[in-house]
Amino acid sequence: MAVLEQILEDGQEPLLKVIDLHTSFTTDNGEVQAVNGLSFNLNPGTTLGIVGESGSGKSVTAYSIMRILEANGHVTAGKILFQGEDISSYSEKQMADFRGNKISIIFQDPMTSLNPVYTIGNQIVEAITLHQEVTKEQAKLEAIEMLKQVGINDAERRFKQYPHELSGGMRQRVMIAMALVSKPSILIADEPTTALDVTIQAQILELMQELQKKYHMAIIIVTHDLGVIAQMADEIVVMYGGRICERGTAEDIFYNPCHEYTKGLLKSIPNVDNMKEKLVPIEGSPINLLNLPKGCAFCARCAKAMKICLEEVPPELRMPDGHLASCWMNVKNNNYITEEEAGA
Amino acid sequence: MTKYLIKRVLLALLSIFLICMITFFLMNAVPGGPFSSEKAVSPQVMAALEARFNLDKPLWQQFVMYMGNILHGDFGISMKTGREIAVTLKSCFSISAKLGGSALIVALFFGVIFGCVAALYRNRVPDRIIVFMTTLFTAMPSFVLATLLLLVFCIQLKWFPVWDASNKSYLLPVIALAAYPTAYITRLTKTAMLDALSQDYIRTARAKGVPMVWVIFKHALRNALIPVITYLGPELAYILTGSLVIENIFTIGGLGQQFVQSINNRDYSMIMGTTIFLAIIMVFCNLLSDILYKVVDPRIKLES
Repeated sequence: MAVLEQILEDGQEPLLKVIDLHTSFTTDNGEVQAVNGLSFNLNPGTTLGIVGESGSGKSVTAYSIMRILEANGHVTAGKILFQGEDISSYSEKQMADFRGNKISIIFQDPMTSLNPVYTIGNQIVEAITLHQEVTKEQAKLEAIEMLKQVGINDAERRFKQYPHELSGGMRQRVMIAMALVSKPSILIADEPTTALDVTIQAQILELMQELQKKYHMAIIIVTHDLGVIAQMADEIVVMYGGRICERGTAEDIFYNPCHEYTKGLLKSIPNVDNMKEKLVPIEGSPINLLNLPKGCAFCARCAKAMKICLEEVPPELRMPDGHLASCWMNVKNNNYITEEEAGA
Repeated sequence: MTKYLIKRVLLALLSIFLICMITFFLMNAVPGGPFSSEKAVSPQVMAALEARFNLDKPLWQQFVMYMGNILHGDFGISMKTGREIAVTLKSCFSISAKLGGSALIVALFFGVIFGCVAALYRNRVPDRIIVFMTTLFTAMPSFVLATLLLLVFCIQLKWFPVWDASNKSYLLPVIALAAYPTAYITRLTKTAMLDALSQDYIRTARAKGVPMVWVIFKHALRNALIPVITYLGPELAYILTGSLVIENIFTIGGLGQQFVQSINNRDYSMIMGTTIFLAIIMVFCNLLSDILYKVVDPRIKLES
């Protein structure tokens, strides 16, 4: 029994563990605190969705993991463990070796994410030869094979073309091919479909799911699109002001939101079955990250804010169905259970 | 591509013809002639000279004859010295091209390096120094710099001869000639490099694990060079054909000096020769930079 538990325990060892991540940007106006104490785990082969509005720190989280922040951005605290190894202490050289090899990332805008002056073949081959000991010819064959894998017809011809000769959807496929050449265990997708039209969006998401099964990789999908999240994610993290508001399975978040911000987000999606229902926007604008409030970040826009919300950051509490939320309303309504109760 | 090249060459020939025509008639409209400035010659000698150079014929006929000779590769002889125009042009151009070519290589080399350094150390000490120097050298006229260099290194320190056609004496004129383009290329490269470094594809390159050095030299620099090439075409023509100012200050017998002299002398055949030569080089350099453009940036289509 104990052995079985041990095995289960080992099986549950998270692939990626982010612990108390803080990231800020130095600007002329002061420190912009984009991510403030973020922690989450990612299990092998699963999909984690990070959702939030612009400026909630979701993309910054992704870039912090890859350490590809702009020059004025830096991780000020926290640890990032990949398979138990602390990659946040890696040197820049180790990190260059790690990027695109163990973890890859694709970006929002495929129109600008490929270098316009090199052929796509050149760019994919570069990614291969950086991480694998292969000859140019082998790399080329591998690149063409990868292009076929991501559903590009006529791969030999496309290999020689420049990015401007390809459509947006095609370029995103190229980005995916380039990201997956070294068979990474994690693919981070930073708003992968935002810049694409709806039919292409669906194709790209399907492709990602298909390749996820094939290579058994974990995906972190960063988006503001709740529809994408619903389709893709096993687990969801809702972010606001660089902190996590709520996290749980897709079911927990969509059917039993326990944070006022999540509730607001869900109310702002149109419902096809009931078009007469008025959409309720979240009032106000995202918080100023230069000057974080003492209490809950969402407080200023929350209709149900209380005095305590202004003064103290809400603790993360376990909801009766097992998912986690950080909202003082749950304390007030006694809508939570202790860890002992959860264990029992 | 071939179609484009043929079209461009035909257009170039047309512009050269137009330049010839305008120069020819303007030159003849200016008072005085090649033989009028010297001490009075007898009318018979004058008539003989004019007959020798066809100056007694109507202007349009002179023009047609001149163009016909050029088509046979005959630029004629100087009305002042009697030497073959082609030979003089060749020897003058070799000096100007050596001077200008060196200056341009120096400018390109240092301009790109300084530009990259300034971009990578933006707002830090190296960038501040480079910005100061580029502002200084873009603001300083070349005759001031040339005179200063002469004064300090030739007259005061006596490190260099003023001009004796040895390789050593090329150094000061090259510096004087390269200062402005260096400063200009530095600024162009810096701006373009900063722009390139902030592009999404740079983030992509970093994300796939390209080491920073390669990110800069493979992914950013090639994109940053596009505006430099635009500048390079006309600048190449300008600098190869000799700087009037620099060549005069250093008393270098290059094309620039020859050009000015021929105009002062009303040396008709020499004026035409130098003009056509400069026009050909100018047109050719522009064509070259357009083709180079296409090589560096595949998005540019050469079909017009």
